[in-house]
Amino acid sequence: LPSAASRDQRATAAANAANAATPATPATVTTGLVLTQLLNGLQLGVLLFLLASGLTLVFGIMSVVNLAHGSLYMMGAYFAAAAFNAFGGSFLAAAVAAVGGTLLLGLVVERLVLSTLYRRDHLDQVLATFGLILFFNEVVRFIWGPASVYMNAPEWLRGTVDLFGLPYPSYRFAIIAVGLAVGAGLYVVIHRTRVGMLIRAGASNPEMVSALGVNIRGLNTTVFALGAALAGLAGLMAGPIVSVQSGMGEPVLILTLVVIVTGGIGSIRGAFYGALIVGIVDTVGRAFLPTLLREFLERSVAQAVGPALASMLIYLLMAAVLALKPQGLFPVRHG
Amino acid sequence: MAEPAAVSVLVPAPRRITPPRVFAALLLIGLGLVPLWAHLADEPFLVTLFTRILIFALAAVGLNLVLGFGAMVSFGHAMYLGIGAYAVGILSFHGVDNGWLQLAAALAVGALVALAVGAIVLRTSGMAFIMITLAFAQMLYFLAVSLRDYGGDDGLPLNGRSDFGGIDLNDNTALYYLAYALLLAVLVAFGRLIDARFGMVLRGCKSNERRMATLGFPTLRYKLSAYVLSALVCVVAGMLMANLTRFIAPSYMAWTVSGELIVMTVLGGLGTLIGPVAGATALLLVEEAFSSLKLGVPWLDDIINQHWLALIGLFIVFVVLVLKQGVYGWLVVREQRREAAAAQAAAGEVR
Repeated sequence: LPSAASRDQRATAAANAANAATPATPATVTTGLVLTQLLNGLQLGVLLFLLASGLTLVFGIMSVVNLAHGSLYMMGAYFAAAAFNAFGGSFLAAAVAAVGGTLLLGLVVERLVLSTLYRRDHLDQVLATFGLILFFNEVVRFIWGPASVYMNAPEWLRGTVDLFGLPYPSYRFAIIAVGLAVGAGLYVVIHRTRVGMLIRAGASNPEMVSALGVNIRGLNTTVFALGAALAGLAGLMAGPIVSVQSGMGEPVLILTLVVIVTGGIGSIRGAFYGALIVGIVDTVGRAFLPTLLREFLERSVAQAVGPALASMLIYLLMAAVLALKPQGLFPVRHG
Repeated sequence: MAEPAAVSVLVPAPRRITPPRVFAALLLIGLGLVPLWAHLADEPFLVTLFTRILIFALAAVGLNLVLGFGAMVSFGHAMYLGIGAYAVGILSFHGVDNGWLQLAAALAVGALVALAVGAIVLRTSGMAFIMITLAFAQMLYFLAVSLRDYGGDDGLPLNGRSDFGGIDLNDNTALYYLAYALLLAVLVAFGRLIDARFGMVLRGCKSNERRMATLGFPTLRYKLSAYVLSALVCVVAGMLMANLTRFIAPSYMAWTVSGELIVMTVLGGLGTLIGPVAGATALLLVEEAFSSLKLGVPWLDDIINQHWLALIGLFIVFVVLVLKQGVYGWLVVREQRREAAAAQAAAGEVR
C-alpha cells in the first residue's frame, strides 16, 4: 500500500511544485520577479481558500473532520477535464460539470457516510474519510486510467498580461479574481442572508438552532454540498495548471489543513487570511529562500538546506502560531 | 448489589480462560510458528510477509498507547517509523553497521523529535491535534524528500542489515524472531504499564482530563511521556522495517502509513493490548488477499487485483460504520458484558 500511495504523493508534489511555475533559482531578484511570485502565492492562496472555506464550515457546524475534501477537489478536476474533452474544449461545460458534479457527489457522500458520523468521535470520522480517499483515488484510476488527464484554460484566457516587462499568464489572474469573488460572495451570504444567519447560529449552538425548529439535518446537507461545490470549483480552476491525476487531492488537503489550523478552526475569516498567508509564504519561500540562504551560507550548504527549509516553512509557521496561539490566528468568537 | 463487583476490584481476579485470552494466545502462538509453517510449505515469502505484519503490529501497539489509552489521535506516527528507518539507512550509508550504535542514534533522535513535537501538539486537542500531528509528519516527509545525499525521493538501498553481534540478521528467520521477541517484550511491558499508576493516570486523562488535573496530576507531563514512549516503539519498528527491506525511502513516513496504523489499531480494538496485533495481521492479510484474489473470472480478477485499494477503502469505511469495537475489542466487550451479567446474577442469588 505505501508504495502505490507514495507514488501519487510524489507525483502530485512534483505537479504542485510545477504549479508554482516560473524560474526555480533566479540569479537576481528583481521587482517584477518578486511581484510574479507574490501573485503566484496569492493564486495558490485563493485556491486554498476555496477548499478551506468549505472544510472549515463543515467542521464549524457539524464538528466533522472530512479528509475526503481533497478527493472532492480531485473529482471536481476530473469532472471538469472529462467535460472539457467531451464538449470540444468548452470551459463552460467543464465548469458546470465540476461544480454540479461535486455538488451531487457531496450530497451522496454526506447522506451515505458523513451523516452517520456526526455523533461519533473524530477518530471514526478521520478513519471513514481516509477510507473514502483510498476509494476515490482508485475509482478515478479505474475510470480515467493511471495517466494524468489534460484540460486547458478557456481560449480568451490563454494569453499573458504584461507585468513590468514580465509576461504573467492571464488565467492565473482569473483564478485570483474567482477566488476573491467567492470570498466576497461568502461574506455576503454568511453575514447578510437568512441561510448565513442559520449557518452562523448552527456553528455556535446546533442544539439550540434545532430546538428553534430549524431543520438542522437539511442545513448540514446544504452546508456540506456547498463546501463540496467550492472544492469542485477549486478543482476546475486548478485543472488547467496542475496535472489532473489520481492522488492530486492529498497534498492540497494537507495544505488546507495547515490553513485551517493556522487561521483558527471553524472561522471563515481565519480560512481566508490563513489561506493567503500559507499560499504566499509557501510560494515565495520556495522561490527565494534558497537564493537568500546563499547570501549567508556556503553554496553547497545552502543548496542542501534551502529546498528542505523552504518545503518545511509553512509547517514551521503553523507550529509557531500554535505555540503562541493554540486557537489559531483568528479564532471563532462565540456569543 | 454492587458488592461482589467491588470485591473483585480489590482482589486481583484469578486468570480464567476467557475467549479474549484464548484468542490472544492463539494469535501470538500462531505468529510464533509462522517460520516453521513457511519452511514446511516451502514458501519463504511467508516469512517476509509476516515480518512486515509483526513490524506494523509493533508500531500499532506503540500508537495504541496514545490513541487507545490516552485518546490522543495522532495522525503522524509514520514519522517515527521514518526516523528509525533513516537512522539505520544514514548510518549504514556512512559505514556504521553496528546495530547498537544505530539503535542508540535512532532512539536519541526519536526521543528529541517526539519531545519537541509532543510539547507543541499537546497544547491542542481534538481536531487540531489530529491535523497538527499530520502536518508535522508531512514536514519530516518533505525533509526526507529533500535529502538528496540519501536518495531523496527515490530512497536509498542499504549496504547491509544491522549488525547486533551474535545474531545474524541476514537470516530472514532470525530477523523474524527478533521482531517477534520485541513485539512480545513491548506487549508485556505495556500490559504492566497500563495497569500501573502511570497507565491509570493516562486512562484517567482519557475519560476526564480536567478532573485528573484538579486531583493534582501534572497531566501534560504524563501525556507527553506516553507520547514519547509510543514514538520510541515506532522508531524501533522503523529500524526493523529498514532491515527487512534493506531500503529506506520517504514513503515510509507518507501520511497514508499513519492512516494505516490507525486503521490497524481500530480494526483490532482500540485500547486493548492485543487489538493492534490482531488489526495489523488482519489488515495486511486482507490487502494481500485482495491484491492476489483469484475468483476464476479473469476480467473481474484483473479489476480487483489492480484496484484493490478501492476495496480496502470501502473495507475501512465498513469497519468504522459497522464493526465499531474492532475484532478483538468485540470479544473483550462481549466478555465484559457476560461477566457483568454473571456478577448481577450472583448478586441476585446472594440476596
